[in-house]
Amino acid sequence: MRRLFKCIVFVSFMGLVSGAHAQFSTPGSGSLAATTVPQAQLMQPAELVKLLKANGSDRPVVFQVGSFVMFQQAHIPNAGFAGPTSQQNGLILLKKFAAPLKKDQLIVIYCGCCPWGRCPNIGPAYKQLRDLGFTNVKALYLTNNFGDDWVSKGYPVERGE
Amino acid sequence: MRRFLVLLACGFMAILCGESAQPSPDLMHKAAPQFVRTDLSGQKIDLKSYRGKVVLLNFWATWCAPCQVELPRFDAWQKTFGAEGLQVLAISMDDGDAPVRRTVRRLHLDVPVVMGDAKLGEAYGGVLGLPITFLIGRDGVVAEKVKGETDLDKLETRVRGLLAH
Repeated sequence: MRRLFKCIVFVSFMGLVSGAHAQFSTPGSGSLAATTVPQAQLMQPAELVKLLKANGSDRPVVFQVGSFVMFQQAHIPNAGFAGPTSQQNGLILLKKFAAPLKKDQLIVIYCGCCPWGRCPNIGPAYKQLRDLGFTNVKALYLTNNFGDDWVSKGYPVERGE
Repeated sequence: MRRFLVLLACGFMAILCGESAQPSPDLMHKAAPQFVRTDLSGQKIDLKSYRGKVVLLNFWATWCAPCQVELPRFDAWQKTFGAEGLQVLAISMDDGDAPVRRTVRRLHLDVPVVMGDAKLGEAYGGVLGLPITFLIGRDGVVAEKVKGETDLDKLETRVRGLLAH
């Protein structure tokens, strides 16, 4: 029986390791890649899920800064579409939507179009908001993409526009 | 006994976590969802007209870096294996066709390129991360779904295998 326990523990460990390896095997790239966002400004999906239940000033303003086709398929409830910020049109849209907000408002940006290190939208969006003087900007850390790291985990979504 | 059950549950959950990074099995071994679209050159693309061929259906976008690596390779496969019955279809999930046309010119793509939309994405189980590639067998059934960056040599081997049937 002891050998069986050891076997189960080993299988558990290997399962966790192989999952982690598959999720973190994406290379980083580019000067404005998502990897340029400081570690301290990253937010994990589970943390955002908790914050979405908050009321009043604790509730973050969420912007999706990726493609509209993906936004239509699924997005975080009440998130605004403000992308794709790798393109000038997206940056203009983000600036417009952020304009009425207080500079210390908690703003969470997310994309999830591609693996984190390959995302072209998060880096420019983060830089734009910081350059505009926003002091409380967080980037939602989606390791693989929005489908795998949010929708498949059963976190809340809205569909359509 | 209780400890055993807890450990068993942990092992099962860990296996599930390990497998979560694998391609979603949603459409595996099921008929590929039909669609009819017009490609960028104005040609009608009807998926069911490719029955009898192996279809490589690739969802991509101009802002997706790994997609830019895959597409030229898929285009080359079309030239190499087209006579054996391969048909590559590239579905762009961009919001507009202007950047897509530019990329098609830049990469010298000859394969049909179709503009996708949310409806088509949902039909294929939700295209909420790119790239995603489906291999559809000659019988119209989904034989493979590959998400994210992939080993193209392995995928080519899989294509060759399907063409051999």
